[in-house]
Amino acid sequence: MSGALANERLAAEHGLSAEEYGRVLEIMGRAPNLLELGIFSVMWSEHCSYKSSKAWLKTLPTEAPWVIHGPGENAGVIDIGEGLVAVFKMESHNHPSYIEPYQGAATGVGGILRDVFTMGARPIANLNALRFGAPAHPKTRHLLAVVVAGIGGYGNCVGVHTVGGELNFDPGYDGNILVNAMTVGLAPADRIFTSQASGVGNPVVYVGSKTGRDGIHGATMASAEFGEGAEEKRPTVQVGDPFTEKLLIEACLELMATDAIVAIQDMGAAGLTSSSFEMASKGGLGVELDLDRVPCREDGMSPYEMMLSESQERMLLVLAPGREDMARAVFEKWDLDFAIIGRLTETGRMVLRLRGETVGDLPIDPLAEAAPEYRRPYEVPPPPAEVLAATVPAPEDTGASLARLLGGPHLCSRRWVWEQYDHMVMADTAARPGGDAAVVRIHGSDRGLAMTADCTPRYCAAAPHAGGARAVAEAWRNLTATGARPLAITDNLNFGNPERPEIMGQFVGCVEGIGAACRALDFPVVSGNVSLYNETEGRAIPPTPTIGAVGLIDDLARAATIAFKAAGQEIVLIGETRGHLGASLYLREIAARTLDGDGGGAPPPVDLVAERRNGDFVRGLIATGQVDTCHDLSDGGLGVALAEMALAGGVGARIEPPEDETPLHAWLFGEDQARYLICATAAGPILEAARAADVPAARIGATGGATLTLPGGRPISLGDLRAVHEAWLPRYVGEARGNNPGEAHGNNED
Amino acid sequence: MKAAIIVFPGSNCDRDVRVALAAAMARAGAKNEPIMVWHKEADFPKVDLIVLPGGFSYGDYLRCGAMAAHSPAMHEVARRARAGVPVLGICNGFQILTEAGLLPGVLMRNASLKFVCRVVRLRVEARQGPFTHGYAAGQVVRVPVAHHDGNYFAGDEEMERLEERGQIAFRYCDAAGDLTSAANPNGSARNVAGVFNEAKTVLGLMPHPERLADPALGGADGRPMFDGLVEALS
Amino acid sequence: MKARVHVTLKPGVLDPQGKAIRHALDTLGFAGIERVRQGKVIALDLAETDPARARDRVREMCEKLLANTVIEDYDIELTDAD
Repeated sequence: MSGALANERLAAEHGLSAEEYGRVLEIMGRAPNLLELGIFSVMWSEHCSYKSSKAWLKTLPTEAPWVIHGPGENAGVIDIGEGLVAVFKMESHNHPSYIEPYQGAATGVGGILRDVFTMGARPIANLNALRFGAPAHPKTRHLLAVVVAGIGGYGNCVGVHTVGGELNFDPGYDGNILVNAMTVGLAPADRIFTSQASGVGNPVVYVGSKTGRDGIHGATMASAEFGEGAEEKRPTVQVGDPFTEKLLIEACLELMATDAIVAIQDMGAAGLTSSSFEMASKGGLGVELDLDRVPCREDGMSPYEMMLSESQERMLLVLAPGREDMARAVFEKWDLDFAIIGRLTETGRMVLRLRGETVGDLPIDPLAEAAPEYRRPYEVPPPPAEVLAATVPAPEDTGASLARLLGGPHLCSRRWVWEQYDHMVMADTAARPGGDAAVVRIHGSDRGLAMTADCTPRYCAAAPHAGGARAVAEAWRNLTATGARPLAITDNLNFGNPERPEIMGQFVGCVEGIGAACRALDFPVVSGNVSLYNETEGRAIPPTPTIGAVGLIDDLARAATIAFKAAGQEIVLIGETRGHLGASLYLREIAARTLDGDGGGAPPPVDLVAERRNGDFVRGLIATGQVDTCHDLSDGGLGVALAEMALAGGVGARIEPPEDETPLHAWLFGEDQARYLICATAAGPILEAARAADVPAARIGATGGATLTLPGGRPISLGDLRAVHEAWLPRYVGEARGNNPGEAHGNNED
Repeated sequence: MKAAIIVFPGSNCDRDVRVALAAAMARAGAKNEPIMVWHKEADFPKVDLIVLPGGFSYGDYLRCGAMAAHSPAMHEVARRARAGVPVLGICNGFQILTEAGLLPGVLMRNASLKFVCRVVRLRVEARQGPFTHGYAAGQVVRVPVAHHDGNYFAGDEEMERLEERGQIAFRYCDAAGDLTSAANPNGSARNVAGVFNEAKTVLGLMPHPERLADPALGGADGRPMFDGLVEALS
Repeated sequence: MKARVHVTLKPGVLDPQGKAIRHALDTLGFAGIERVRQGKVIALDLAETDPARARDRVREMCEKLLANTVIEDYDIELTDAD
């Protein structure tokens, strides 16, 4: 065994606690050398081992008849019928994106793409959830522009359309932005690939880009807070090459059509280390790697550097015996490196050799499976008090309030963002950005997949359990509103430092809320990612459990979009409205109440039974062709949803005041859950059917004209509304509104 | 009609254009489909139409289309183009054609410096040759663009020549057919969206007709290009 | 030998990137900048040891690939390998 031995001090520098280092010594039966220490440190980092979160993640529901692979594989796999499966996952690249926003965001996209196509699925859609600091914060403008450029730069080049997502601004993210990237892919049901290695003696093969010194210790960086001097961490950010990724996708899919591949894993966080370990561990085998054969792009790389490098666009394969030449030919066609770097053994150990010498020798199972698992102490925050509508001042003109909401950073048009993403490549985009969920046609069929990424962090900050449940319900509603049957979710849980009980309490609360909602809605978790330590100098981000969700539309001719389609349609509000202004955007933006501490009050209650009942009812209306216009209600409540429908369709509406005593501003801007707006030629039959289904429903107005008239407000012209809606983002980034406003979301033009 | 679509490393609209063209061929009763030709093949069957699809060949590294222009398949395409075989270049394909010297001018970085994906309107400048066979002169159509480097540039003298010889195929316009700067998504000189070679046998355009050739996707103004090609070349 | 090729836009060709850079410098308070043009540097490590042959080869590379001579000029700098 070569190499100087490690010690406790070195272990600490590698992010291992004294207790963890003690465990290393026990497992090894001796002191590890530096390479072995490095391997332990990345495998046991929070990012790779989930040590603070695993215990809680195990409580989430992960099964359903349509779930083929739940958490534990590279991505989740669900059966969507007709011999196909959908493969999807969301991942974070938060810390790297703050340090080097273009490459951080770009490599985030690259990494999640690989997690999906490593399972044999051609990626068919990307989404992302971005959260930046307050617009006034000095870094926000730059981070926004560059992160969007990075996502576009990578995704567009790879040729996978980016079709949806979210964008939030909040001072809580001033020092820690969030970049969560999601990919959905399609694969034949009988050709799913996993990372479970098998076959003693089978060759272990490295394909893709050469290995350099990128990102060494990226995993440990993701597991640490930023302190002063975060700038010095710059060398750890990896640089992505989307062109090579495109070639890698094509080469892998081409090889996957044959019987050559036994197991395959992408090299992501902790690169060659985690991929080889996980593959061997899953197969209950050992692996021997000959580091001389690793393709390197720098001279004189040490074993430590080779094993820990996070160079992008690399995959590790286990091939069936005798298939090496055929596989090599495929990768050479695509001009990618192909190197047989080792073989599977039956020793259960990972043995690393360089120039004939053994430079590392570790037992696999204890390392990969027995990483520390912590049940950290947590505090449950006290429930916030209700905010009564009567205590919130009513506006003089509800229309003016609406215009202010729509013209602000939280609700303005995101067109500036999604016009930088190719959202049409692959010629299957049935619903472009701007609606409730993106809808992508399943190539060559009349069916579609609806997909969305959602979370309302201010709800989670006010009440984590309810906030987590609400995030799931929001995703479920967004899919339902297009007519899709929600199938499963991927969760990207972004939180602060879990060693602080109040943060751990947020985490536990959100996870429990997510679990409750998933169970009530038959909406299992099939994959996910946890990003902790999103804090700077002790100030944590708001708890942000982003939910990525996928649903199935059986007949695209029967899908719904948010746009008002014609004049003279009746508008029906589904679901109960009590006028909950707690933790609402209206409260924060118009009534100017801070939501920190107890100021924002309790978010609207979640009634999962009502969510299910109302949503199933709406989906039924869409499926039978009675309704083709539908929008779920969320931020900004009823008023904002109506405006979004009017703007998307270029058709106005006139809304009558509610029949009950709810104060107008609470009725219009309260964020009560489990609600949808639909249009119908005649409200009568819908109201009848709703009554029979025990679903609250009320006719609230009709479409028509070129203005939007809300009760308590002067009519606003659609032109004016569109102008404020489209203005904020371009003005914020310093661009004149020279180009045409572009197309409306639906099929109508402005 | 027989057609070939050249696939470069990094092309990503090859499938899209194959689907659109194959659908047009099927509508005309054809039993065959376009063949896909890998860029390393200099030796591909005789065809009536060659298509260079959109995408990011070679990652758009160095200059868009610069490296693809030197591939073995492109040398063959150039030879056949000079012999009069129709060649259609879409987006990256247009860029490759200018780099290969088969079309005049150059596609530079968008004036906004940003990638732009948007449905725009195009004015069909004239109905001539197989490419605009499916349209009427002056017709305004809706077609998406998606590019970072679509800003068409040629020197003043060259532009004058192109105008005189009717080599401007499409221009960005507004709903009324007017050539406004607001309608121009990338700053192209004189709102040029697509150009012909002098013989009108080679067309390059930045917009993607194959993306709006299916009513289920929100429009089918791209369809007449493919139907027209099939009719004219069969 | 080592070659450094500077590729720049021909005078008269609009350079929106250069323009944006100038504007940003101006915003940062750097006054008195009359013009900014953005170009590229391509660094080549050549096995060739004869300077004249090296220059000829690099010139050919520029004409064929490294520069688009319709809109770009190029400049070649040769040094010995270190």
